[in-house]
Amino acid sequence: MNERRPDPDDLLKNIQAEETRRGRLKIFLGYVAGVGKTYAMLEAAHQRKAQGVDVIVGYIETHKRAETEELVEGLVVLPRKQVEYRGVNLPEMDVDAVIQRKPQLVLVDEFAHTNAPGSRHAKRYQDVQEILAAGIDVYTTLNIQHLESLNDIVAQVTGVTVRETIPDGVIDEVAEIEVIDLPPDELLVRLQEGKVYVPDQAARAIQKFFRKGNLTALREMSLRRAAERVDDQMRAYMQTRAIQGIWAAGERLLVCISPSPLSERLVRTTRRLADELNAEWIALYVETPQFASMSPEKRDRVASILQLAEDLGARSYTLSAGNSMDAVSATIIEFAHKNNITKIVAGKPLRPRWQEILRGSLVDKLIHRSGDIDVYVVTSADKPSVPAEENPLRLHSTPSRYLWSLVLVALATGVGMLIGGRIEATNLVMVYLLAVVFAAVYLGRGPAIFASFIGVLVFDLLFVHPFYTFTVSDTEYIITFIGLFLVGLVISQLTARASEQAEAARQREAETAELYDLSRDLASAADLESILSVLQKHLEQTFSRTIAILLPESNRLVTHSLSKGMSLNEEELAVADWVYRHAEPAGRHTNTLPAAQLRYLPLRTSKGVVGVLGVGKANTSDSDLSSAQRRLMEAFANQGAQAIERAQLEEQNRQIALLQSAEKLQNTLLNSISHDLRTPLVAITGALSALDEKDMEIDDATRNTLIENARGEADRLNRLVGNLLNMTRIESGTIKLRLEPGDVQDLVGTALEQLGKRAEKNPVKVNIPANFPLVPMDFTLMAQVVVNLLENAIKYSPQDSLIEVTASLDDSKARLQILDRGVGIPSDDLSRVFDKFYRVQRPESVSGTGLGLSISKGIVEAHGGEVCAKKREGGGAILEVELPLSV
Amino acid sequence: MTTPTNQRILVVDDEASIRRYLRAALGAQGFSVYESASGEEALQSVLSHRPDIIILDLGLPDIDGIEVTRRLREWSQTPIIILSVREAEQDKIAALDAGADDYLTKPFGTGELLARMRVALRKQPSAANEPVFQSKGLSVDFAHRLVTVNEKEIQLTPTEYDLLKILVTHAGKVITHHQLLRQVWGDGYDDMHILRVNISNLRGKIEPDPARPTYIHTEPGVGYRLKV
Repeated sequence: MNERRPDPDDLLKNIQAEETRRGRLKIFLGYVAGVGKTYAMLEAAHQRKAQGVDVIVGYIETHKRAETEELVEGLVVLPRKQVEYRGVNLPEMDVDAVIQRKPQLVLVDEFAHTNAPGSRHAKRYQDVQEILAAGIDVYTTLNIQHLESLNDIVAQVTGVTVRETIPDGVIDEVAEIEVIDLPPDELLVRLQEGKVYVPDQAARAIQKFFRKGNLTALREMSLRRAAERVDDQMRAYMQTRAIQGIWAAGERLLVCISPSPLSERLVRTTRRLADELNAEWIALYVETPQFASMSPEKRDRVASILQLAEDLGARSYTLSAGNSMDAVSATIIEFAHKNNITKIVAGKPLRPRWQEILRGSLVDKLIHRSGDIDVYVVTSADKPSVPAEENPLRLHSTPSRYLWSLVLVALATGVGMLIGGRIEATNLVMVYLLAVVFAAVYLGRGPAIFASFIGVLVFDLLFVHPFYTFTVSDTEYIITFIGLFLVGLVISQLTARASEQAEAARQREAETAELYDLSRDLASAADLESILSVLQKHLEQTFSRTIAILLPESNRLVTHSLSKGMSLNEEELAVADWVYRHAEPAGRHTNTLPAAQLRYLPLRTSKGVVGVLGVGKANTSDSDLSSAQRRLMEAFANQGAQAIERAQLEEQNRQIALLQSAEKLQNTLLNSISHDLRTPLVAITGALSALDEKDMEIDDATRNTLIENARGEADRLNRLVGNLLNMTRIESGTIKLRLEPGDVQDLVGTALEQLGKRAEKNPVKVNIPANFPLVPMDFTLMAQVVVNLLENAIKYSPQDSLIEVTASLDDSKARLQILDRGVGIPSDDLSRVFDKFYRVQRPESVSGTGLGLSISKGIVEAHGGEVCAKKREGGGAILEVELPLSV
Repeated sequence: MTTPTNQRILVVDDEASIRRYLRAALGAQGFSVYESASGEEALQSVLSHRPDIIILDLGLPDIDGIEVTRRLREWSQTPIIILSVREAEQDKIAALDAGADDYLTKPFGTGELLARMRVALRKQPSAANEPVFQSKGLSVDFAHRLVTVNEKEIQLTPTEYDLLKILVTHAGKVITHHQLLRQVWGDGYDDMHILRVNISNLRGKIEPDPARPTYIHTEPGVGYRLKV
C-alpha cells in the first residue's frame, strides 16, 4: 500500500471549514499597544472597500489619535450600544445591529476586551464568534499578552498580570493572522512622542511595562506564535494532500490536576508542551470521596481549572477513585493506557519532605506504575502561598469518634480484667486487636490507629509485668507491642480503604441507578406532558434544584414545565432563547450571559436542539454544580432530549396519519357532494327549461308538478348547503354554543314545523311529560338535531307508519327518543350510523349525504351529551339523545 | 292576486340578480320598486323617494345593513324587512334590536316575503282602534281582558295575559326574547327561564296541541311570533 489516500475525516474537516457560511476572522496581532494594529486594520479595510466590499466599523477605539481618526472617516461607523452599569453608561459594540446590518466585513477593535456586566457575552471574542456564525467576516486586533496560554509567561516576564485573556482555541480557528511588527526602539520613540495611548490611571504601571527587555520578549512571543500558525497551515495543507512524514506518531498528553492553585500553571505548561509536540492533550481530575467534603472554593477551583483546560483546547475528564494515592494513581494510569497517552504531566508535590516519606507522593506512585509512559513533573519557580491542606483525618473523624475508640479500648480492657487471670497475657492481645478492628470498620482510620496505640499502652500498664508501669521486664513483650501496633495500623489502613472504595462505588452506583430510574420512567411516559413531568421530577430530586424546561413552539421558546414558585422573566427567556439558537450552555456560572438567574443547557439530540433546560439555585446554597453533578445532569439532559424527540416524532406521525385520513374523507366528501349538489340542480334546470320551451304544450297539472318539484329540490339544495356549513363549523371548532334553558316540547314543535311538508308522510306522536324541566341547550342547533333525527326516521319508514317522540329524565340527564317502525338498523351499523358520510346501504330509494346524523352527533357532543342508535323491539330503530341537565 | 296599490318599495341589495328578481316579483304585485346597491345610496334614496317599505340586505359593500337600519331609525319609522344569507341568530337579533321590523333568510319564497310585507305595512292594532283581536279561533278582548279559544274562555295569569297581549298587538311580527322580557318584566330583567316557562304555560292553555303550536310560533334563538 504505497498509495497515500487523504484521510476522509481530515478532508471533511477542511471542506467544512471552507463550505460553511461562517465568516472569516483576520487578526492583526501585535506584541504590545502602540505598534499600529488598529491603523493597519483600517488601512486593510480601506483596501477591501476599494475592492467593493461592504465594510462597516463595529467598534473602534481611536484614542483620539489624529492619523487613526482620519482613517475611520470614510467608513460607515455603527452606533455603539450604551450598557448601563451602576449608573455609568459603558459603550459597547451592538452585536445585534451588526448582524442585522449584515455587511460583508466588520471591524472590531480589541479582541480580548471584557464587555460591561449585563452584556450578552462576558467577552468581546464571543460577540465576534456570533458575528462570524452569521456569515460576516471580521477584522480584529489583539496583543499577544492576552493569549490565555501565554498569560503566565507574560506575567513572569513583565511582572504585569493581564486580566483580559482569550482562549487559545479561539485563535486556532482563525483564518488569518497578520503580525504588526515594530522594532522596540521605534516603539519607545513613539511612546516618548506621546503617540501611544496610555490611560492616565495606569501610567506608572505602563511605564514599567514598556521596558526594552519586556518588549523584546513579547515581540519574540508574537513572532513565534505567528510562525507556529504558519506551520499549522502548512501541516493542514499537507494533510489534504496526504503528504506524510515530518510529524512524529501522535503524541497524547495527559495533565493531572488538583484543587491546588498551581494546577492552573500545570495546565498552561501542558498546553505549551502540547503545542510544541503538536499533540492532543487531555486534562484529568480524579475525584475522591473527599471531594464531597471539600470547601466550595476548592470545588469551584477544580471546575474553573477544567474549564481553563477546555478553553485552551484540551478535552477534560473527571473520574472517581478511592481516597488513597494508590487508588488515584491506578485510576490515572488505567485511563492513560486506555487513551494511548504517551506523556503524563503532574505537579511537583508541595508537601514537606517528611510527609512525602511517610505517606508517599502521587508522583512517586505514578512513576512507579507508569511503565512506558513518560511522566513530566512540573515545578513552580516561586512558591505561591498554598492554603494549608486540611488534615485528612479531620475530615473523617470528629473528636467523638476518638472518644468512641477509647470506649472500645476500655471495653477490651474490661474483658481482659474478667478473663485475665485464666489465660496468657499474650493471648489477651487478641481482645485489643478486636477493638482495633471494630474501630477501623466503624470509626475510620484515625480512631483505629489511636485505638491500637492506646491499646498497647493500656495492655502494657495493666497486663504486663511489672503492672502499673510502662516498664517491661520481659523483652518478648516488646515484639507483642510492636505486633499489636503494626497489625492495628495495617488493618485500619485496609478497612479504611475498603470503605472508601465502597463509598466511591456506592456513589457511582447511585448515579447509574438514578439514570436507570430516569430512563425507565421516560420509557413508560406516553406523551410529551408526562415525559416533561418525569424529567422535571427526577432532576429536582437528584439535584435538589429548581428546574425549568422550555420547548420551541412555532420558532419561539415556551416554558413547558416549571418548578413550584418559579417564574421566568423576559430576560431569562432571552437567555434560554440564545441557548436554543446556539446549542451552547449559557447563564449562571457560565461565560455567556452569566447575569442570568438560571443556568441553561441545550437539550440536544443528533438531529438538533429540541429544547432548553434551566437549572436554578440549589435549595440550600447558590453554589455551582460539581463537575460530577454537571456530568450527570448532562446525561439526564441527553436522556430527556431523546425522549422529547421521540414524543415529537410520534406526534408528527400522528399528524401525518390524521392528514391522510382527512384526505381520504375529503375525497369521499367531494364525490358525495358533487352528486348531491347536482341532482337537485338537474330537477330545477329541467323544470325551468321545460317551462321556457315555447313549442311545448304543457297542461296546468304538469306545470304545477314541475314547479313543485323544482321548489322541493331547491329546498333540498338549501338544506344541503346548510348542513355543509354546519359541518364545517363543527369540524373547525368555531361553533359557539349559546346555552339557554330550553323547552323540549317547544324544541320538538319547532323541529316539526321546520320539517313542514316533509313530515306529512308519517304521523308523529309526541309524548313529553307535563312539567318536563327546561334543559340548557343552544335552541337553534338542537332544533337542527331533532330535525335531522326526525328526517332520518321518516326517510327509513314506510308511508303512514307511526313515529314517536318521547322525553324522559334519568339522573342528571334528559333523554329524547325518536322511535320508528322503519327498516331498522343492522347490528353492525348501530355504532357507525353517526359517522360522517356513512349511510346504511338500503333501501335504494333513500337519498342523502349521510351528513345529518354526524352533524347531530357533533352538536350533541358539544353540549356534553351523547347520541346513540338502538334496535327497537318489534322492528324499527330508536335514535336517542341524552343531554346533561346542568352544565 | 294582484292588489292595486301605489305603494313604493325600496330594495337595497348589492346583487343585481336579486334586485332584478324582486323588481319583477313585486312589480307584478303593483308596487313601485326603487333600487339601491349600497348603504349610502339607500339612505339618499329614502330621503328622495320616501318609500312605504324598505327591503334591506345586511351584507352591503359600504355600510353594514344593521348600521343602515340604526341610522334610518334615527329619523324614519318606515318599516324595514331584512333579507340576508346570514342565519346566525345573533345577526337576526342585532337587526331586530336595531329597529328592523322583520327578518327573512335567503333563500325565501315570494309568498313568504309578501306575507311579511303585509304584516309590516299594516297599522299596529291597539286597544284604541281595534278593541278585539280575532284570528283562527283565538280572540282577545283588550277592553275586558278576555281571552277565548273557539268560544271557550281561557283563564290566564296576569303575566301570561301581558305576554299574549304583546304578541297579539304585533301579530305576524317576530318579538325578540329581549323585547318580551323588557316589556313584561321591565328593564334589566334577563331571565330566559321565566320567559320559557310562561310561554310553555300559555301554550298549554291556548294551543289545541302544544307540541304543534298553531298560534305562538318559535323563532329559534330569536324570539316568538304570533301566526296570523
